[in-house]
Parts: sequence; C-alpha cells; structure tokens
Amino acid sequence: MKSPDLRTAAVAVSCVLLVLLPLVGSDFFIDFVMTRTLMLGLAASTIVFLSAYGGMDSLAQWMMFGIAGFAVGNLVADSGRGLKLDWNPWTAVPVALIVVTIAALTLGALAARSTGIYFLMLTLTYAVIGFYFFGQVTTFSGFGGVTGIDAPDFFLGHPKRLYYAALVLSVGAYVGFRAIARTPFGMALQGVRDDPVRMASLGFNVSLHRTLAFTLAGFVAGIAGVLNIWWNGQIDPTSIGISPTLDLFIIAVIGGIIHLEGAWLGAFVFVGANIYLRDIPLLGDIGGVIGERILAEERFNTVIGIVLLTIMLVSPDGIAGIIARTRERLRNRSRTNSTSTVATGTNDSHN
Amino acid sequence: MTDVAPREAAKVKLGLLDLTPRQIVLMRRIPVVIVTGLVAFALAWVLFLADRSWTAHTSAGSAIAEPGEFIVTLLDGITFAGLLFVVASGFTLIFGLMRTVNMAHGAFFLFAAYIAIDMQQKFVGKTRNIQNEDVTMLKWFGPLLIGAAFAALLGVVMQQLFLRWNQGQDLRQAIITVAVTVILADQLLFQYGGLARRVVWPGDAVHFFEIFGQRYASSRLFMLGISIVVGICLWVWLNRTRMGMVIRAGVDDQEMVRALGINVAVVFGITFFVGSFLAGMGGVMGASFSGVALGTDGQWLLNSLIVVIIGGLGSIKGAVAGSLLFGLVSAFAPAYLPADYTFYSIIFTLVVLAIVLAVRPNGLYGRNE
Repeated sequence: MKSPDLRTAAVAVSCVLLVLLPLVGSDFFIDFVMTRTLMLGLAASTIVFLSAYGGMDSLAQWMMFGIAGFAVGNLVADSGRGLKLDWNPWTAVPVALIVVTIAALTLGALAARSTGIYFLMLTLTYAVIGFYFFGQVTTFSGFGGVTGIDAPDFFLGHPKRLYYAALVLSVGAYVGFRAIARTPFGMALQGVRDDPVRMASLGFNVSLHRTLAFTLAGFVAGIAGVLNIWWNGQIDPTSIGISPTLDLFIIAVIGGIIHLEGAWLGAFVFVGANIYLRDIPLLGDIGGVIGERILAEERFNTVIGIVLLTIMLVSPDGIAGIIARTRERLRNRSRTNSTSTVATGTNDSHN
Repeated sequence: MTDVAPREAAKVKLGLLDLTPRQIVLMRRIPVVIVTGLVAFALAWVLFLADRSWTAHTSAGSAIAEPGEFIVTLLDGITFAGLLFVVASGFTLIFGLMRTVNMAHGAFFLFAAYIAIDMQQKFVGKTRNIQNEDVTMLKWFGPLLIGAAFAALLGVVMQQLFLRWNQGQDLRQAIITVAVTVILADQLLFQYGGLARRVVWPGDAVHFFEIFGQRYASSRLFMLGISIVVGICLWVWLNRTRMGMVIRAGVDDQEMVRALGINVAVVFGITFFVGSFLAGMGGVMGASFSGVALGTDGQWLLNSLIVVIIGGLGSIKGAVAGSLLFGLVSAFAPAYLPADYTFYSIIFTLVVLAIVLAVRPNGLYGRNE
C-alpha cells in the first residue's frame, strides 16, 4: 500500500527538479534535450494511457501529433507549400486541435471494434496512410513539407518559456490521465480492457468507450504536436513516416508501457542517447574499434534497436518496470533478512 | 405502472439513443446499404461514365469507350495483386499458425532484394548497366532463390533466438520484431546506401505486345505467372501434404496438435522458414518490378498489413481476396479519379479498409476470436 505514495513522491520530486532545472542547465540542454524530452514524453504518454487503461496499443499517436503540426503549419505559414492562410499562431491552435480531435474520433470509431494485435496493425496502417496522405496531397503539404511556421511572439527567442509550457502541459497530462482513470469513465475503460464481453453484457457500450479514449489520446497527442511545431518551425511527411512512428512507440516501450511516467523516462533515454551517444566512452570507442563503424553515432538506430531488443527480452515492462521490481526486490530482501535472523534466533534458542 | 414496464424494457440503450430492437436491426443494415451504393457507383463510373465529354476528365477512359485502357488498368491491378499475394501470404501464414505479427516482414523483403542484387551482379559479371539481354533465366531465378533463402534463414534465426520462448505474448513478440526491423533496416542502409537499386528482369521475360491497341510489358505477366505458381504450391502444400495438415490443425487447435505427439516447435520453425522465404521471394520480384530503396521495407510492411487486414489474418484465401481487392483499387483509383485529383488515390486504400472493417471487423475471411 505504500508503493503508490512512494511513486507519487518520486514523480513530485522530479517535477520540482524539472522546474528548477533552467537555473542550472545550459540553454542547449534545456532546448534540445529537455524540451524535446517533454514533448516526446507527452506524445508517448498517450500511447501509455491507451495501453495501460484501455488495452489498446496504438501506433497512430505520432500521426495525430503530425496532423496537429500540419494543421498549424497550413494555417500559420504565409509562403511555401500548403494552404498559406497566414493566421495568427494563437488562433490556429484551437482549430488545429479541433481538426486532430475529429480525425481521432473518426479513426477511433473505425478501429474500436478491433482489439489487441489487430488494433496495433490497424493503427500502423493509419500511420503510414497519414504519411502518404500528406506526401501526395499537395493541397496540404507534398513531400517537401511546410516551412516557415512562426511560433507566437511570446515564445519566439525564449526557449525557456517553451520549456515551461511543455513542462506545464506534461504535468497537466500526467495528472489528468491519472485523474481520468479514477472517474466512472476511466473505471469502465479499465473494465473494457480487462473483459470486454462482460462489460458489454453489463450494458456498457464497449466501442464507445474505446472510441472516446482514442479521441482523448489523439487530442493530447495533438497538443504535443502543436508544441513541436512551435519548437521546430517546420514539418514534412518524412517526419511522420513509419520510422518516427516506431520511434515514439519505442519510447513508450522503453519507458514501460504500463507506467504513465515511463513515457517521459523513455523519451529522456531516447533523446539523450540520440544526442550524447558519441560521448559515451565505451560505445563511442566501439565505433572506432570495429573498423567500419558498425556502432558509430550515425548508426543510432542500430543502438536503439539493440536497446529495445534487450529490454523486451529482459523486462517487457521497460525501465519503469525495472525500477518497480528492483524496489520490490530490495524490500523483500530486507524483509527476508529480518525473518531469517528471527528464524536462526529461535533455532539457537532450541539448541 | 406495470403496463409501462414491459414497453420500457423493449427499448435498448444504444449510446445516446433509445431504440427498439427493430430499429436496431434496421440500423445494422445502414453500412451494407451505403457500401452497396458506393460499389455500384464505382462500377458504373469505371464501366460507363468516366472521361466522357460530359463527365470529369480522367487519365484512363471508361470500359465502353476505351476498352484498351480499361484492360491495361485491370492487368496492372491483377499483376500487382500477384506480387502482393506472394508477400502477404508469408505474413499471414506465420500469423495464422503462431499468432506472431512479424513486423520484420518488410525488412526481410528488403534484405532478400539487396542480396539478390549483389548475386545478380556476380552472376552477370558487371556491377552497373546490366541489360535485360545479359540476364538469362538462370541469372534471375538463381538470385531469387538465394535471396529468398537468406531471408528465410534470417527469419528462422530470429524465431529461434527471440520468439521461440515467449510464444503467446503477441505484443512482446511484435515489439521484438520491430526491434529486429530497426536494426536490420539501419544496417542495410549502412551497407547499401540510400539509392534506389533494382534486379534486372531476364531478357526472355521482357517483351512488349499489343492489347486492344495498347503496349503492355510481358514482365508483369511473368511476375503474375510466378505468383500463381507460388499460390498453387502453397495450396498443395497446405491441403495435400501431411505437413500442411499439421499446420492447418495447428491453426485451429494448437494444444490438441501438441497433445497428439507432434513436435510443434519444428512445425513452427518450418512455417517461419516458408513465411520469410515468401517475403524474400516477394522482395526479389518487387526489386525487379519497381526497384528497392530506403523505405521500401516500410512500404511493403504496410502493403502486407493492408492485404491481411482486408482479407482476414491467418487465412490464405483471405490473402488472395485481399491482394486482389487492394491491387485492383490501387490500379483503378489513380486511373479513374478526375485528373486534378489523382493524388487522392491513397485515400481510396483507406476507404476500402474502412468499408471492409465496417462490414466485417475481422476482415473478409477472418474468424471471430
């Protein structure tokens, strides 16, 4: 019973640390590592939410992220490809979020009757179709992508403000997702995850719950997408293609797909590995040792694949799972130690 | 009070609406009616209406006015469906027996294609500008078999090392194959670079002939022929041999097969070999047909997924139906969409998927679990 408290405390402490971070961290670290970590974590948390509470393993979340980005891009940019509507960056946000929510609602309704591995494949299909859609439909983008998308003036040239925005939204999503899990809707959703047939015979509309969960997740992923477009200033179809889609899923899986906070943990590991891989002494050397540099920094995907493979073979619930189990084991060990001393004590007295 | 109760009970709560059972039955028919209407319109458009003086301009004319263009589009669709079938049948075979979603299927496709390209260059003896005349049948089928065999071996190694001992955990297995894909695709990029490369068709297979006044390449028919042979071999193997019988029994009830004293582990290994072999064969055929490059693996994973989602996972019959439907739609959509909107053809794939799933959530030949 104590472990949830400990978990909340750990999350709260890391939140405080994240708030204080800009006081000590360099601008590069804040902007390129932590802001990206929070954005990717926010997007990955929707995968975790769907998986942990709804039993739906979705690969379409990165596409939702991208749809929001393309929507903002089309509305805000005033030159290049796309619709070039030249709107104010702030007014584009609600419209983009409505677009992504409608997309999520439609696609979710279509996928709501599929479960398990079928759902995974169907959402992967969505993701790739999304890639080809924005690639081929030149009305909205074309393969060149949309460029010159301005962030609101409030964020322009202030990376720390964007960092704090990402932090606030991440915390909001984390608290919100956990709160939703305790509402009647969240309870019913978890019931649907555990036994859809029984829930249906109890009178719950199973596919409606799945659809709404998917819509909510799409909305949150859309928020992350808007942040990303402010951070990045451009978006192209390749950035929502199959390999970034898998990357986001890998982030969720590395972190631990049943622990919500694992999403940000996984994102931190992923972004950190992406940027600092060449600085890790051992791995960096391997690149030089093996003549043809099979593990050099440009082979980042190989490294991340090996990490993923190892994690899946060793601990299917990711880093958060490893942490939870280590804690459990430490506690058990201290308990068994104390009982064994008691046992030897009684033995001694018998002798 | 008691009079009201039965009438209340007759209503069923359906989301926000209160409906009588009769209304619900009528509502269930709505998708079927819509689908029938859409299909009828699409047929009428392709057969009679497209590209007339009083309708929108399309790149191919309607079947009545321009039979040649119609036949060519039809052949394009069917030959592409043949290639789709070869790749997707391997995917569905593995899933049907083992419930393993092999996300590395596309990577095996690409791997076999690159091996075959290397082999063909060795066989022919030059590394660039290989002409069709340089390539005899042996110099095409040799690389085909070698490439496919390499893919099959890789598949078996992956299955034995990573998948054998967590049978039944389908998500974990899918993610493991994702990891293999990421590694393999990255190493292939490292070895072969990002440029498009291709296997060259054998000279004997490349001729052009006239059909209703249109030129058509026989290499596509050659590819279709190979696909049909593969399909027949697969059918004979699954339906007329002891091994096939065991596999079909395993699809239905794995525990029972195990209890009858059959070594299921060996059967799994063989199925994975054949499934990956088919991915590799498809890879070499695809590399001859349209070339391979960085990203082709993802594209063909998508193609296999669409085919098996339409046709139903685990069913060879479904793979045939799914390939034909997907192949025909992807040939007809760009040809018969109004000329300014051909880039919307990708949406038709999604529409077909949506229609099939709305009517049959487990695909055309899928089974309810």
